[in-house]
Amino acid sequence: MSRAAVLEGTGEALHPAGTRADELAAIERSWASPPGFLGWFTHVNHSNIGRRFVLTSFVFFLLAGILGLLIRLQLALPLAEVLDAESYNQVMTVHGTAMMFLFAIPAMEGIAIAIVPLMVGARDMAFPRLNAFGYYVYLIGGSVFFGSLFLGLAPGAGWFSYVPLAGPRFAPGYGVDIWTTMITFIEVSALTAAVELIVTILKLRAPGMSLDRMPIFVWAVLVMAFMILFAMPAVIVASSLLMMDRLIDTQFFVAEAGGSPLLWQHLFWFFGHPEVYIILVPALGMVTTVIVTFTRREVVGYNALVLAIVGIGMISFGLWVHHMYTTGLPFMGRSFFMAASSMIAIPSGVQVFCWIATLWGARIRMAAPMLWVLAFFAVFIAGGLTGVMVASVPFDRQVHDSYFIVAHFHYVLMGGAVFPLMAGVTYWFPKFTGRLLSERLGRWSVATVFAGFNLAFFPMHILGLQGMPRRIYTYLPEMGWGDLNLVSTSGSLLLAAGFAISLWNVARSLARGAPAGDDPWGAGTLEWATASPPLNSNFPEQPVVLGRNPVWDWARSGHRPIVGGLSITRRETMVTTLLDARPQSVQVLPGPTPWPFVSALVASASFFGLIFTPWAFVAGFFAAFLSFLAWFWPRKPWRED
Amino acid sequence: MGNVTLSPATPKGAAFSDGKFARGLAAAGAGLLGGCEGRQAVLAAASPDGEMIARLGLWMFVSAAFILVVTLGLLAVALTLARGREARPLSRRGSCVLVISGGVLSPVAAIVALSISGVAIGDQTEGAGETRLTVEVQAKRWWWAFHYLDADGREIAVTANELHLPAGERTRLILTSDNVIHSFWVPNLQGKTDMIPGQRNVLFAEPSAPGRWRGQCAEFCGLQHALMGVEVVAEPRPAFDRWLARQAGPARVTEGPGLAAFMSQGCGECHALRGTPARGRDGPDLTHLAGRARIAAATLPNSRGALGGWITDTHRVKPGALMPASTPDPRELSDLLDLLEALE
Repeated sequence: MSRAAVLEGTGEALHPAGTRADELAAIERSWASPPGFLGWFTHVNHSNIGRRFVLTSFVFFLLAGILGLLIRLQLALPLAEVLDAESYNQVMTVHGTAMMFLFAIPAMEGIAIAIVPLMVGARDMAFPRLNAFGYYVYLIGGSVFFGSLFLGLAPGAGWFSYVPLAGPRFAPGYGVDIWTTMITFIEVSALTAAVELIVTILKLRAPGMSLDRMPIFVWAVLVMAFMILFAMPAVIVASSLLMMDRLIDTQFFVAEAGGSPLLWQHLFWFFGHPEVYIILVPALGMVTTVIVTFTRREVVGYNALVLAIVGIGMISFGLWVHHMYTTGLPFMGRSFFMAASSMIAIPSGVQVFCWIATLWGARIRMAAPMLWVLAFFAVFIAGGLTGVMVASVPFDRQVHDSYFIVAHFHYVLMGGAVFPLMAGVTYWFPKFTGRLLSERLGRWSVATVFAGFNLAFFPMHILGLQGMPRRIYTYLPEMGWGDLNLVSTSGSLLLAAGFAISLWNVARSLARGAPAGDDPWGAGTLEWATASPPLNSNFPEQPVVLGRNPVWDWARSGHRPIVGGLSITRRETMVTTLLDARPQSVQVLPGPTPWPFVSALVASASFFGLIFTPWAFVAGFFAAFLSFLAWFWPRKPWRED
Repeated sequence: MGNVTLSPATPKGAAFSDGKFARGLAAAGAGLLGGCEGRQAVLAAASPDGEMIARLGLWMFVSAAFILVVTLGLLAVALTLARGREARPLSRRGSCVLVISGGVLSPVAAIVALSISGVAIGDQTEGAGETRLTVEVQAKRWWWAFHYLDADGREIAVTANELHLPAGERTRLILTSDNVIHSFWVPNLQGKTDMIPGQRNVLFAEPSAPGRWRGQCAEFCGLQHALMGVEVVAEPRPAFDRWLARQAGPARVTEGPGLAAFMSQGCGECHALRGTPARGRDGPDLTHLAGRARIAAATLPNSRGALGGWITDTHRVKPGALMPASTPDPRELSDLLDLLEALE
């Protein structure tokens, strides 16, 4: 049983009245991150790491978005010469890879890392140093990968790196090596975040936050993290096998030597399809969060929503073959995956109608996050419906690898993930910067993005039916695809302008935004029960939770129970039981340390070396081992001094 | 599409014969295609398989549009209900009805319809039916080789980039690749099937009537994926038989200055002109080149000018193409072009 006890505190103020000013200062000192440039490399607090993840991922979003514009400019006219074939293939490969691996997953992870501990009332995550390690791995891996484009060394085999095109025979040079090593490496970062989030959610929830009181967003993150845990190993295995094929002439994927090109596709899509839902599931959680706050209502169908999220997570592992309908697999097997693929419509439908039921007759605050959610509804449902269409084997055999698919997945990924992500970022921006965004600019951004998006991507459905295949760097004038491509390109420019408005909004607000206060939206979850930006310790005294929306509960009941007895001089957070969140023990968390950064540096050097020589693996293995030794050297954090 | 010489024999939408609604859909589909003649289009189907899939696609499109409108309509109602009135949440019962009917029952109905139609149509479009002819289609970087086989699997004739099929008959296409993965896609006739090293995939093509269509590689296969096109010609059986007999025969020119230029420029190392010393197998068989409508994998018209440009400026037309550009002197080039134009 814990030393800490659950106390009953009173007071309307969100900052506990029970804590004296000098105690508060001491707590904040224990949780402080060292200042200065060198200090930056030692930070481990989740809010710092989460913010870095989000910021870095949006930088990659911007860069990969610019590549998308280049693609659109090249395709605006038949036989255009903006990019040559080789550059186009590199730009296309990096656009896809960066959007998936460097933007979408890290952005979702970043928001989860920044928000989830606050939402569950914890003071930090379970493994803060691992968290920092994951970030540096991502930063270094992502930068090396993207940087390869500027050196003209980028891979050109597509984000899916199908063998044999990506094998040693047809892709000599360093491009695909950079892809395999850096993707493997970045996935390590995804795995660390997943482990971290799972343990934090299951064990560090504030006392009283039983599983059925967990915010839907936290459920979504939990499911996402488990999906990462099961999906990422497949792509790590796949890219490691490809790395070995290229580096030491193993023949896993070489048909003439008894290997199998289809093996790659199975492994890649066993990861690749859940990947889409890894991005989608937390986004759906954000939608629920925003709807609850802006209707000031409990969500309708909490249990149904949780089941739907878990259901999406499970079903998503049984669909990968729908990326392989045209590979000549037996029809019987494909029929099974056809039924399974369309089954995803059930949990998606349940969520959509739970949201509609929540919104039914509500007085809705139509602020920018809510507008992003409305844009999400229109685009995501359209994308989901074309998704059901392409689940049909015969229809998919026509539109597979055509622009119809490009349209479909941009509807799902932009509408289903990026719009909610924008909603989430707009929603939580005040919490993390302490400043409000401009509503007016926010509205303009939503409207412009929505219009630009549809103009850019709707025509692609038609282009696909007109026989335009994906991944082509040019087309002949007599194909008759020119007009719609021109429309699409102009739409993409409008889309970019819409995002530029949001970028300007952020910059302007950081410079002179109005102060946000603790809870600008009047929301009910715990992240709004601390200062904006959050205190170093998140909660000087950890809250005790009695319902699904603790802040609303406190306002209603007029009292606010808290946890007492945690140390003020070292980093402590409550550990609670898995189901009911009863207090169990106290976790002492490590403070600032440079070792995760050093380990990440060593690990990335060895991965980078792998591009050039297999011996880098041997050297890197031992070097990384030494750095981990220094990292984990016992330092007695429990010593009373 | 502006190419007058290659207009399709099938008018758009003609494929949809039964049912008023289907015809309406087809017209709508053709409208969507924006006046394109549809030589490479899913909805301008020219085979029973293509028709079935196009009709399935249009039905699914109409259903999807309906569901989208209804769902967004419900959303709009939900959003506007509180306007000028007191905010009142939906009753528990109302919520259950809404979530179960919208989120469970309608998707289940859609899944059942989709699975049944998918299995039924998939069975038909991928079924062998009755075939008389087998063609082995080999995907190369970045062109197509067609090997016509007799009933015992023996080779009758070899050609490239222009696939001739008997109209009104189902033909078995065996799809192979000895390099990267490609995908054979002629949208008017049939869905695509990948060509994967180490595998022999099968596809059936059954053009309903004589016509000419274009297809294109649909799996990313490297630098010239974009321009890896294929011409497909359907002819009545007698015309097809005559064509096949001609393809089986040797080249019409077996000597002369053109052939000398062909050999001295090294063309014969990769290209075959059957009946001459040119026996290369790495490039398209050119024995009857002049009979084809287009060159460079359905990218350029088969005209003297285009041939000359392709031979001397190959990589401006197709960067990364494996054929080296040649630099014959004007005399040689002219002889060479004379030869190529004579290879009926």
